Amino acid sequence: MADQKFLHLENIEKRFHIPGKPDYVAVTNVDLEIKQNEIISIIGHSGCGKSTLLNMISGLDMQTGGYIFLQGKEVVGPGPDRAVVFQNHSLLPWLTVYQNIEMAVKKVMPELSKDELKARVEKFVTMVNLDHAKDKLPDEISGGMKQRVGIARALAIKPKVLLMDEPFGALDSLTRANLQEHLMRIQQNVQNTVIIITHDVDEAVLLSDRVIMMTNGPEATIGEILEVNLPRPRDRVALQKDPEYTRCREAILSFLYEKFAKEDE
Amino acid sequence: MKYELARKIVLPMLVFAALIGVWSFIASVVENFPTPTSTYIAAFGGVDADGNEVTGVLADPFYIANDDDKGIFWQILASLERVFSGFIIAIIVGVPLGLMVGMSKSAQYAFDPFIQIFKPVSPLAWLPLLLFIFQDINMTAISTIFVTSIWPIIVNTALGVRNVSPDYLNVAKVLQFTPIEKVRKIILPVAVPFIFTGMRLSLGIAWLVIVAAEMLTGGIGIGFWIWDEYNNLNYHHIIIGIIIVGVVGFLLDLIMGKIADYFDYRKKGRA
Ligand SMILES: Nc1ncnc2c1ncn2[C@@H]1O[C@H](COP(=O)(O)OP(=O)(O)OP(=O)(O)O)[C@@H](O)[C@H]1O
Ligand SMILES: [Mg+2]
Repeated sequence: MADQKFLHLENIEKRFHIPGKPDYVAVTNVDLEIKQNEIISIIGHSGCGKSTLLNMISGLDMQTGGYIFLQGKEVVGPGPDRAVVFQNHSLLPWLTVYQNIEMAVKKVMPELSKDELKARVEKFVTMVNLDHAKDKLPDEISGGMKQRVGIARALAIKPKVLLMDEPFGALDSLTRANLQEHLMRIQQNVQNTVIIITHDVDEAVLLSDRVIMMTNGPEATIGEILEVNLPRPRDRVALQKDPEYTRCREAILSFLYEKFAKEDE
Repeated sequence: MKYELARKIVLPMLVFAALIGVWSFIASVVENFPTPTSTYIAAFGGVDADGNEVTGVLADPFYIANDDDKGIFWQILASLERVFSGFIIAIIVGVPLGLMVGMSKSAQYAFDPFIQIFKPVSPLAWLPLLLFIFQDINMTAISTIFVTSIWPIIVNTALGVRNVSPDYLNVAKVLQFTPIEKVRKIILPVAVPFIFTGMRLSLGIAWLVIVAAEMLTGGIGIGFWIWDEYNNLNYHHIIIGIIIVGVVGFLLDLIMGKIADYFDYRKKGRA
């Protein structure tokens, strides 16, 4: 298995039919190769098609042109090998933290015995430090905790790719930083391939191996790809003085606010 | 707290007294209208104004003189049996239909026009047709309750299904739930409170309708009993009947509400 071709997007296009109007081409010409265990982030102005792109990788939406391959197999629909962490966490409100994770694991790994199931669910509850809250309902825990459950639920089904659509977008900046730390720590332990959509320049640099910068829609596409050559584990405070960090931030800022500035924002 | 409790007891008693006052006034104006006292005697027994010993309707609710003359308990039971028979058939038919209409656009397009047209038809309008079809009082009453109960159940079930957030359905897609798993684990938990709201509405209307239906069909049942007592010039019993119908309806709603709360995840486990 060639690592280089782990996840492969080939000439992706997405057009939306709008009755009575010409088709709206949201994204076009997207070619991207993602290596195994790589963390990439996708950044771009609102409405440029980031979610659209992620939905096509997850299979929740179909591209209108091009192909997506995961380990050489074409992606034709949603599946547990591509777990999604939704922006609004989408935990089932009638299930406890534990049950939400359990439901997913039970479905994806039906071969587990009762004890193995319990052990696995508890392992992931612990991984996101939620042991004290495992019997609480989603409405009884904070937004940051909910998002952690969402991450635990996604990781517990052992996906090949973890897809996150602005996972921390709705959180305040302290909680957001806390979750970023969580994510980096988890990644340090269990290697995953992660695609994360973000609006936040610092988040993109802190978390990613590569940052995909998208041009504005309609007909949005990949404008530039930035390699972040920072060693891990990364420390957010120390990074502030790192010249590579500064270079990356400036590259993204210049892309977003000089080359592809959006007037109407 | 104590003051609140006192208000809750004293205020209804004041209204009760006022009602008795109005009633007494009507009784003094309308000839032969039962007075509160004579109605009380008719209900619980005693010696009436003419000096006759009376067994109250409520004092001996279980008597069976013959097939056409049974105590009030049997009348209520007969009505409840019909209501629940029709109501349960309506649930069995209505919930799956509502799930279908809620989940599939095609089913919605197919059924919606007919639901909209039949829903506002008074159930009593169906009665002559159903009587003609079944030629049987009991079947007619039950099927009338069925056509009464089914609409709120279908409509509310479908509403519940449409209330399922697309995010939850995306979770089901990513986990590759089968259609049955999707209904059991995602749709029903959301829809059940709505289904119970529909059932509660249905049961309320069914209880309203059964009284009227029995007046028309005759035989046995609390509705027929009230009408029969009118024909027998037992006006006391009409008033007693009204109060019974009210109390039973209130109890039905109370029980249904408790059951609905039990199945509502939003009201469970909240201390
Ligand atoms: N179902 C749809 N029908 C028509 N147009 C759509 C549909 N979904 C998305 N679009 C359009 O496609 C474009 C890309 O949308 P998308 O949601 O992917 O943007 P985004 O980059 O995720 O934005 P944001 O950062 O605000 O989440 C937008 O212009 C949007 O209006
Ligand atoms: Mg988006």
